[in-house]
Amino acid sequence: MATPTTTLAAPLAAPATASGATLAVEASNLVKRYGDVEAVKGVSFDVGRGEIFALLGPNGAGKSTTIKMLCTLALPSGGTARVSGFDVRRQPKAVRRRIGLVFQEQTLDEQLTAEENLRFHAVLYRVPRDEVDARIDRVLRLVALEGRRKDLVSTFSGGMARRLEIARGMLHTPAVLFLDEPTVGLDPQTRALMWDDVTRLRKEEGVTILLTTHYMDEAEYADRIAIIDHGQIVALDSPDALKRKVGQDTVELTTADNALAVSRLAAAGYRCQEGEEAVVVFTTDGESQVARLIEIARVPVSNVHVHRPTLDDVFLHFTGRQIREDQGERMLSMAVRARAGRR
Amino acid sequence: MATTPLSVRPSTPSLLDERGDLVAELRTIGMVWERELIRFVRTRTRILSSFVQPILFLFVLGYGMTTLVGSTEGFTFKKFVFPGIVAMSVVMTAIFSAISIVWDREFGFLREMVVAPVSRSSLVIGKTLGGASIATVQGTIMLALAPLIGVHLTATLVGQVIGLELLMAVGLTSFGVFVASRIQRIEAFQVVMQLLLFPMLFLSGALFPLKGLPTWLAVLTRLNPVTYAVDPLRRVVFAVQAVPPAAAARFSTGISLFGTMLSLSAEIGIFCVFTAVFLALAIVGFGKPE
Ligand SMILES: Nc1ncnc2c1ncn2[C@@H]1O[C@H](COP(=O)(O)OP(=O)(O)O)[C@@H](O)[C@H]1O
Ligand SMILES: [Mg+2]
Repeated sequence: MATPTTTLAAPLAAPATASGATLAVEASNLVKRYGDVEAVKGVSFDVGRGEIFALLGPNGAGKSTTIKMLCTLALPSGGTARVSGFDVRRQPKAVRRRIGLVFQEQTLDEQLTAEENLRFHAVLYRVPRDEVDARIDRVLRLVALEGRRKDLVSTFSGGMARRLEIARGMLHTPAVLFLDEPTVGLDPQTRALMWDDVTRLRKEEGVTILLTTHYMDEAEYADRIAIIDHGQIVALDSPDALKRKVGQDTVELTTADNALAVSRLAAAGYRCQEGEEAVVVFTTDGESQVARLIEIARVPVSNVHVHRPTLDDVFLHFTGRQIREDQGERMLSMAVRARAGRR
Repeated sequence: MATTPLSVRPSTPSLLDERGDLVAELRTIGMVWERELIRFVRTRTRILSSFVQPILFLFVLGYGMTTLVGSTEGFTFKKFVFPGIVAMSVVMTAIFSAISIVWDREFGFLREMVVAPVSRSSLVIGKTLGGASIATVQGTIMLALAPLIGVHLTATLVGQVIGLELLMAVGLTSFGVFVASRIQRIEAFQVVMQLLLFPMLFLSGALFPLKGLPTWLAVLTRLNPVTYAVDPLRRVVFAVQAVPPAAAARFSTGISLFGTMLSLSAEIGIFCVFTAVFLALAIVGFGKPE
C-alpha cells in the first residue's frame, strides 16, 4: 500500500498488525450456533486495509453475531477469523486492543460527561497519559462534538450519543472500527452527518471500517458489500458491480414517433422495445448513452428517464425478498420505551 | 478495493506495547474507582440519604431501644449498640453499592468495560474499592455522631475504626458484586439483597451481645461473616471507654468459637478469609463472554 505522507513515530515497539498482515479482517467459514439456532452458517470474507465494508441484511440475518465473533465477544462454533493479523480465538486481547467497537445498543455512561466517558475509555485501552488530551480533542472534532465536551451524556440526543460512541471507538487509534447498525433509529439528517463522520475517519485516520446495516441507501457508501441472509453471504462485491450483476440500466425515451425510434435504435444494435408510451432501451451506463440514443433515433424527444438498478433490486434479486425499511424505526421505538421504563 | 488513506494515522507505540501490564491494570482500577465516586457525588438522593440514614439509625436503635433495655451502672444500651450501628451503616451501603453493576448492565456500560483489553480482576477490584470507599465514608459520618451519645473518641480510635470499616466494606462490597453479577434485573437485585441483608445484620451481634444465646442463634451468628467484622469494631471502641465491670458483663464483647474466645486478630483474620473468598467469587462471576 502506498503511503505518501507516512509520519510513523519510529521505531515502533510492536507492529500495528501481526507481521505480514495485509488484510484487516479475514473470516473463514465462521459458524455460530446458539443451542439449536444456527445464527451464522459458514461466513467467509476478507476486508482490505482502509476499506469500508458493509454487511447488509435484514434483522436476524446474523450480522451482529458475525461482528461479535470478530470482536472476540462470542466464541465461534466453527471456522477461524483473524483481525489485524491476530487470531480471534487464540489472541483475543491483542485483537481487542486494535479494534474500536460501536454496538447496536448504546454503551455510554449517561451520568458522566462526554469527556469523562472518553477518559475512562482511554485508560482501559492504554492510551499513553500524555496523549490522552490531544486524542480526546481530535476525536471530538472528528464527530463535531467539541462544544459538548463538558456536558453530561444524559443531555445528548440519540444522534449525538451515537457520534460520541464513534469518537470513543476511535480514541485508541484502532486499526479496525466495527460499527453495528450505526445509524439505526436516527433521523435522515443525522444519518447523513454520521456518514460524513465515517468517511472522514477513513480519510483522515486511515482506519478500516466494518459496519452492518439494513438500510440500502447506506450500503452505497461502502467500498464493498456482503449481502447476508439467514446466516449466509449470498453476494459480495462493490455496490456498482452488484447492480451490474442484477441487470442493465433502462433508458426510457418518450418521442414523437416511438415505432420509428425503435427501428432506428435496433438497427444501430441497441436492445430495445416499444413500451406503452415510451421507447425502452436496455444498456450499460445509461446516463452517458442518452445523447447518442437521441441522435440515433432522429425524432423529437419529449422526456428521458434513466433507471439504474438500486440495491433494493440487488437485494430482491439475491434473496427473493425486500428489506423492510420500517424495521429500524420499530427497533428505535422499542429502545426508547425500554429507556423510558427505567426512569 | 482498499483505498489508500491520505495520511497514515500516527501509531502509538506504547498502545501496542504488551509490557507495562501492571501499570495499565492499576490505572484501570483507579479509573473504575473514580467513576464510582463521581456517580455517587452526582446523585443527590444518595448524598442526602447518607446523612439521613445515620440519624435515623441513631434515634430508632440508639435512643428508642435504650428506653427498653435501660442502662447498667450508667453505661447505656445506646453506647453498646453504637459500634453496631456504625457497622450496619457500612454493611448496608457496601452491599447496595453493588447495584451499580446491575445498572451498568441495564444501561449497556458493563459491555464497554468487559470488552476492554483489561483483566476482569481489575474491573472488579476497582468497583469493589469504589463501593467500599463510599461505605467507609458513610460509616465515618456515623462515627462523627459519637459525642452525641457520650462515646469517647481519640485520634487512634478514629484511625482504627476507619481501618476496620474499610475492611468490612471491601468484604461486603465483594459479596454484593458477587451476587449482582448473577442478577439481570434491578428488581431482582433489590429483593435478593433484602433477603440476604437483614439476616446478615440482625444475626451479627450488631444489636445484641453474642453471649448466652440459644444454640441455634449462636450457630447462625457464628456462620455469619458480618459477625467477625462487628465485634472487632466494638472491641476497639470499648477499649477507650470507661466500661463498669457489671456493664462489661452484661454488654459483653468477644466471639467464642468451639469453646474458645477468639482474639481480636483471629476475628479480623477470619473476616479477611471471607473477604478473599467473596472477592474471588466476584471476579469469577463477572462478565463472562458468550
Ligand atoms: N445470544 C443469543 N442466543 C440465542 N440466539 C441468538 C443470540 N444472539 C442472536 N441469536 C439469534 O441468531 C440470529 C441472528 O441474530 P443477529 O446476529 O443478532 O442478527 P442481526 O444482527 O443480523 O439482526 C437470530 O435468529 C437471533 O435470534
Ligand atoms: Mg444486529
